[in-house]
Amino acid sequence: MALRSSEVKVGDERALVLVEDLTRTRIVQYAGASGDYNPLHTDEVFAREAAGFPSVFAHGMLTMGMTGRILTDWVGDGRLTAYGVRFVGQVWPGDTLTATARVTALREEPDGSFADFSVETRNQRGEVVLTGTASARLD
Amino acid sequence: MAVERFPVEEGHILMFARAIGDLNPVFTDRDKAAASEVGGIIAPPTFVAASAQFDPDYFLRPKEGQPWFGSGSRPSGTAPRAGEGESEPGDSKGERGGGNRVGSGLHAEQRFEYHKVVRAGDVLTATTRPGRTWEKEGRRGGTLHFGESVTEYRNQDGELVVTATSVGVRTERVPDQSGKGE
Repeated sequence: MALRSSEVKVGDERALVLVEDLTRTRIVQYAGASGDYNPLHTDEVFAREAAGFPSVFAHGMLTMGMTGRILTDWVGDGRLTAYGVRFVGQVWPGDTLTATARVTALREEPDGSFADFSVETRNQRGEVVLTGTASARLD
Repeated sequence: MAVERFPVEEGHILMFARAIGDLNPVFTDRDKAAASEVGGIIAPPTFVAASAQFDPDYFLRPKEGQPWFGSGSRPSGTAPRAGEGESEPGDSKGERGGGNRVGSGLHAEQRFEYHKVVRAGDVLTATTRPGRTWEKEGRRGGTLHFGESVTEYRNQDGELVVTATSVGVRTERVPDQSGKGE
């Protein structure tokens, strides 16, 4: 069911744990599904010894994909009109990520009712790894 | 990037949904999706990123008969060392918006505008053009070079379904662990 404009107000907020103890296998799973096989995400030897990182790290697009769930679970299926993020911190194996989404505006437009959201994902240390905005068409 | 044929398939959506940890039945269950408001399996919001699978020149996929920069007998494989950028024949770097350069570049931002729902069974095309470019001084020194690339996804009826804008940032060296970016 899609979200109704009468059921929501500016300032409403939700939180969702997206992943606990992110595994390297999960990152590889995303590589296989998305087609982005960058060894920085899939190849610990390359990431450490060739690129100088402490380990592989998650694709930003994996974090964006996981974070999308807090929006689609809230607004309903096929309702997003826009979703954009900044990747502000890296996501490492072992991280537990929690997303929060908040209604920032409700709009009545000629073609329907819309809600705007801010979204943010933090790791287990409280560090922000992703910030973004989204819009959705409501009932 | 130009993708001439991106068939949006149920099994691919299932694999993608598993990877992002979202087992919403509209992504994963044919019968429940058919009974839902959207009437069938649809793609998760970030699924069009998987068009990379159908880009013949996508440089972050190993290709038969071409060098690959991931580890083999050597940590850095056969391609350029981190920080030198990529220069293998067949790279599509000239069409990229400056993001995702090996060892020296990161994906800074990603935006999607949704015009129509993407459904299993759709066959999409994707065309990419460069967008804005700008520079900023980094917090740890060095100039950050930002560049957008804008990809339009159209369906089998020629309708624009998704506009994707990717912002890449190139730094002058590999950022430290607390660095910004992907």
